[in-house]
Amino acid sequence: MAFSDAHGRRLKAAIVRWVIYGATLLTVAVLFGILGYILCNGVPNLTPELFAWEYTTDNVSLMPAFINTILIAALALTIAVPLGIGAAIYLVEYARRGNRFVMVVRAAAETLQGIPSIIYGLFGLLFFVTALGWRLSLMAGAFTLAIMVLPVIMRTTEEALLAVPNAYREASFGLGAGRLRTVFCCVLPTAIPGIVGGVILALGRCVGEVAALLYTAGSVAEVPNFLQQGFAAFFQPTRTLATHLYVLASEGLHTQETFATAVVLLILVITLNLGANFFAKKLGVKREDG
Amino acid sequence: MAKLEYHSEQKASPKMSVKDLNLYYKDFQALKSVNLDFPAHQVTALIGPSGCGKSTLLKCLNRMNDLVAGCQITGTVFLDGQDAYKEVNVNDLRRRVGMVFQQPNPFPMSIYDNIAFGPRTHGIKSRSDLDVIVEQSLRSAALWDELKDRLKKNALSLSGGQQQRLCIARALAVKPEVLLMDESTAALDPISTAKIEELVGELKDSYTIIMVTHNMLQARRVSDRTAFFLLGEMVEMGPTEILFSRPREKRTASYVSGEFG
Repeated sequence: MAFSDAHGRRLKAAIVRWVIYGATLLTVAVLFGILGYILCNGVPNLTPELFAWEYTTDNVSLMPAFINTILIAALALTIAVPLGIGAAIYLVEYARRGNRFVMVVRAAAETLQGIPSIIYGLFGLLFFVTALGWRLSLMAGAFTLAIMVLPVIMRTTEEALLAVPNAYREASFGLGAGRLRTVFCCVLPTAIPGIVGGVILALGRCVGEVAALLYTAGSVAEVPNFLQQGFAAFFQPTRTLATHLYVLASEGLHTQETFATAVVLLILVITLNLGANFFAKKLGVKREDG
Repeated sequence: MAKLEYHSEQKASPKMSVKDLNLYYKDFQALKSVNLDFPAHQVTALIGPSGCGKSTLLKCLNRMNDLVAGCQITGTVFLDGQDAYKEVNVNDLRRRVGMVFQQPNPFPMSIYDNIAFGPRTHGIKSRSDLDVIVEQSLRSAALWDELKDRLKKNALSLSGGQQQRLCIARALAVKPEVLLMDESTAALDPISTAKIEELVGELKDSYTIIMVTHNMLQARRVSDRTAFFLLGEMVEMGPTEILFSRPREKRTASYVSGEFG
């Protein structure tokens, strides 16, 4: 009896183990399947014309879209990162526990995170593009993206701050540091890796977003000319890499170039992630050194 | 000998004292009209079973209880005759009344930056000044020889006992007058504990030390005076030798003889 029990338990454990192995294997297989498919179809089509400075309907160059992607993501994050981190610092470090306002903000952020991006696009169209008269532009797109990723940055920063052990705060207060110094010299540096994780997530969403940008940033495949137009260039319509990919794919005329563009988008995202991680490590080790 | 010291210390004005201190966590009263003096350059131990309020009292002395939501205090805490809650700035109070916690809690930074954190907080920026303070503080905590070549190393790479002595060094770096130790050896092995007890003995020449301990033997070994707490009340206070050998109160006698704990 005891023997068969032990046998049964061993069998069950083995089954569970194989199910877990299977799930892991499937996940990895899907990831590598997608990557491999895109790379196989895309890499052979990476031609120099694809990286020409000027876009024409013949070369379908991705270069303007590539630069626009970086511009719009940088602009969106410049707006969203300080706001998101600031809000999270308020919620975790300053607001009293169980504060009504905090609960409302938290619930709002959670809800906003779940809203489909097309809704943000619609809001951007109605508010930035129409009401503020920014037209389809880099600025309108960046602000729309900023609103979209704000809750992401806020929530992840909040989690990162909450994960900082209270012992650090106590130690800092115990040495006579005020709240400001405690937050900026003790809590934030400790939370940096988590915060950067959130920013990477936000960056990924910016770079990969199409729906929110179609009706706010437009799809003109040109880099705004800052040299000639100065500040007004922010209000020129732009096409990002993801939008470019969408347009190419839906036209269906340049399948090979579409795959090549996908490869570039993929490499861009991976590079940004690695770069951000590297940056986070640097920040994490070296802090206030004399 | 102890008795003589007891009398002479009673005449000098105490470094810190509490008068009629009541403390409530929401509806729960954690301290009940506590009156206590802490003479300068002596080690005072606060003993008693868990939940008796000894740690709570300690945290009143540098206002760490301010950080606890729903905590309310009546009564007065004096530092050098000044009301610590009304006449002293809270950050200044915490600089003058340093604290070492139960768990070693070094910041996840280098050893050097850990010690420099406090002085930097209080406006010391010059590298050479900081170098001097770091060396002095590490020497005071008997860590200099062990760590002088590893000041750039992350403090979390140290052993638990070293971390706790680093925390003591960090507290000393802001030149406090009083050092509060909240069961600061509870998480350490016997050898590290012995080192810290030895350190406390050396430090009392320069600082007034108030320590919470659940270890009665430690209180006996290290402290000059001991206060016994039970259910938020200060039951008895006296020179350590007398409190342990001839306590006035029956409750003290049964606690120090190990009848409950």
